[in-house]
Amino acid sequence: MTGVVGAILEAWDELRIHRVRVLLALIGVACAVTAITGITAAVTMFGQAMQEENERMSGRDTTLEAWSMGGQEMSPAEVDALVDAVAERHEISYHSVRATADLRVRGAESGTYVEWSAVDVDNATITRQTMEEGRWFSDADAERLAPVLVVNQAFLDAYADGAPASTHPTVVIEGETPVAATVIGEVPVQWNDEGPRALMLFDQAMRWFPDRVMADGYRFWVPPELAAQFAEVLPRDLAAAGVPFDVQKPMDEPFVIDRVLQYLVLGVGGFALLLGGLGLLNIALVTVRYRIREIGIRRSFGATSGRVFFGVLMESVVATTVAGVVGVVVAVAVIKNIPIDRIFGRPLEDLPGFPFDAALVGMACAVGIGALAGLIPAIYAVRVKVIDAIRY
Amino acid sequence: MTGTPLVDLQGVTRHVELPNGSTLEILRGVDLTVGRGEHVAIVGRSGTGKSTLLNILGLLDSPTSGEYLLEGEPVGRLRSRALARRRGDDFGFVFQQFNLLQGRTALENVAAPLLYARGKQFWSRTKLATRSLERVGLGDRLDTRPEKLSGGEQQRVAIARALVRGPRVILADEPTGALDVETGQAIMTLLDDAASETGSALVTITHDLAIAARADRQFRLADGVLVRIHLDAPAAVAESAAEAGAPPAAVSAAETAGFPA
Repeated sequence: MTGVVGAILEAWDELRIHRVRVLLALIGVACAVTAITGITAAVTMFGQAMQEENERMSGRDTTLEAWSMGGQEMSPAEVDALVDAVAERHEISYHSVRATADLRVRGAESGTYVEWSAVDVDNATITRQTMEEGRWFSDADAERLAPVLVVNQAFLDAYADGAPASTHPTVVIEGETPVAATVIGEVPVQWNDEGPRALMLFDQAMRWFPDRVMADGYRFWVPPELAAQFAEVLPRDLAAAGVPFDVQKPMDEPFVIDRVLQYLVLGVGGFALLLGGLGLLNIALVTVRYRIREIGIRRSFGATSGRVFFGVLMESVVATTVAGVVGVVVAVAVIKNIPIDRIFGRPLEDLPGFPFDAALVGMACAVGIGALAGLIPAIYAVRVKVIDAIRY
Repeated sequence: MTGTPLVDLQGVTRHVELPNGSTLEILRGVDLTVGRGEHVAIVGRSGTGKSTLLNILGLLDSPTSGEYLLEGEPVGRLRSRALARRRGDDFGFVFQQFNLLQGRTALENVAAPLLYARGKQFWSRTKLATRSLERVGLGDRLDTRPEKLSGGEQQRVAIARALVRGPRVILADEPTGALDVETGQAIMTLLDDAASETGSALVTITHDLAIAARADRQFRLADGVLVRIHLDAPAAVAESAAEAGAPPAAVSAAETAGFPA
C-alpha cells in the first residue's frame, strides 16, 4: 500500500519539479485525447442526426416495412383487424398502417394531385413526426363525426388559401357524399417543391371512404436485436392469417458512413497520440539522464530497483493520465457547446449522452502511451549502478 | 564491545577489472567491526578505497570476497530487494557534496527517505521530517530550497535527512570536505551529538585528522589495507594545522596516521 502510494507521490513530485518540460510534451497527448474523444462524440451526434433524419422518412431503428402481396378478398378493415391481431400476439407496441387513398379535394385546379395517406396514431411515434403547427392525431380523433386532417404547407396553399393550420381551416373531400374535413395540424415539408400531402386516420378513412382506401402497407417498430427474427415470423403469421405480406429484411449496417468516418478520425487521433507519446518519451529520456544522480540518492534511501522502475514509469503514466483527463474535459466542453441546430438544421430529439466509451478509449490511450513512453526511461534508470549514479 | 557487532567485515576484498584486462585491487582483506552507538573514523589519501569501503558498509556495493555480517546476518545472502530495504531501514548517508534533491525544499528533502518507509513512518513523514530539521536547528528553514542555503546549512539538511528514519548506522563520506574548518567542526559536533542522542553508530570517512580524532576508534586505509591507528585530539588538531601550513608540531601523530609530515 505505502509502496504504491509512495511511488505515485514520488511521480507527482517529479512532474511538479519538471512541470514546464513535461507540460510541453503533454500538450500533444492532451490534444490527441481531445481529438479522439471529441470527434468520436461528434460523430456519434452526427450519426444520431442522420439516423433521426432517416427515421423520419422510413421509421425508427428498427422499423420493418411490410407490403401487401395482393390476392386477398378481404376488405381493408378486415385486413387491418388481422394485422392488429398478429401485432398484438407478438407484443409489438408500435405499428401503423400506411394505406394509400384516392381522394379528390374540392377546389383543386385541374390536374392537382394530393398524396393521401391513411395511418394510425402510432405512425407519428414510429417516424419521429414533428409538427410545424397544430397537432398530430389522437385516439379520440377516430371517434369524431367529421374527418380531421394533418397536411403540409402545399395543401394549405392549394385548398385553404394558405390559412394556417392553427385556425383549423376546413376542406371538402369529394365522393358520393362530400365530406367537410378539418385541418388540425401541419407537418414540415419533406423536400423542396413538395406537392400537396394529406394524412388521415385509417379508421376515419374506412368510415368515410371504404372503397377508396387500400390497406397495402404497414410499419412495425421492433427491437433491433429481434428485427431479423420478426422479419421471418411476421410474413409467415400474416400469410397464415390470410393476409400475405412481404416484410423487408433489416439492413445489417444501417449507417456505414459515420462508422467509416469514426475509424478515420480514430486513426488520425491515434497518430497524433503516437507523436505526443514520442515527444513524451524524448523528454522522459532526457530527464532520466539528467536525474541519474538523484536516482542514485534515492537508491541510498532504500529504493528498490522495482520501485525506481515503477516510479519512473508512473511519472509518465501519471502525466499522461492528467493530460488524458484534461483532453476529455476539453472534449466535453467543446461537444456540449456545439450549435447542433445550426449545423443540422434542427435540434436533435434524442440528444445522445456524452459517449463515455469514447472518453474511456481516450483515457486508455493516454495511459497506454504513458506506459510505453515511460518504459524505456524506466529500464534505463534501473540499469544504472547505484555507486556510479551517486557520483554522476 | 560485547555481543554481536552491528557491522562485521571479515576479510573483505574488492577488485575491479580495468579496460586493459588488468585487475585493480581496491580493498585487500579488510576486517572491521562497529558496535552499536560507536563512532569510528577512517582516514586515508584520495583513491585508497575509502568510499568503496563505505559503499560496501552501506550495502551500495558488494565485496568481491570476504564476509559482511550485519547484526550477525550475512548480507551476501540477501536478495537485492531485501538489501535495499535494509539499506533504507538501517543506514543513513551523509555525502561530501550534500547530494540534496534539487528543486525540493529542505522539508521535502528530509521527508524523501520516508517515502520508502512503511507504516507510521510513511504516513507521518512531514511531522518526522519537521522534527528532524528542528533537531539540526533548521526549524525556520523548512520551505527553503537547497540553493538558497549556505554549505553548512545544506549539510545540516543532509544530516537531518540521514537521521530521519532513525538508522542504526550513519555513514558520513567526507562530511566536512566542502566546508570551511569552523563550519566543519560545527557540523561534526552536530553529527556526533545527533548520533549519540539517537544511539546510532557513526562511521566517518575523512582526510581531516582533527575530525577523525573525535571518533572512539580510528583506522587508516592505505593500499587497500585497513590498519587501526590512535589519534589524540590535540595532536591531530595540530597536525591539521601543520597540513594547512603551520609548523610541524605533531609529526609523530601524522606519521602514525600515515600522512606526509
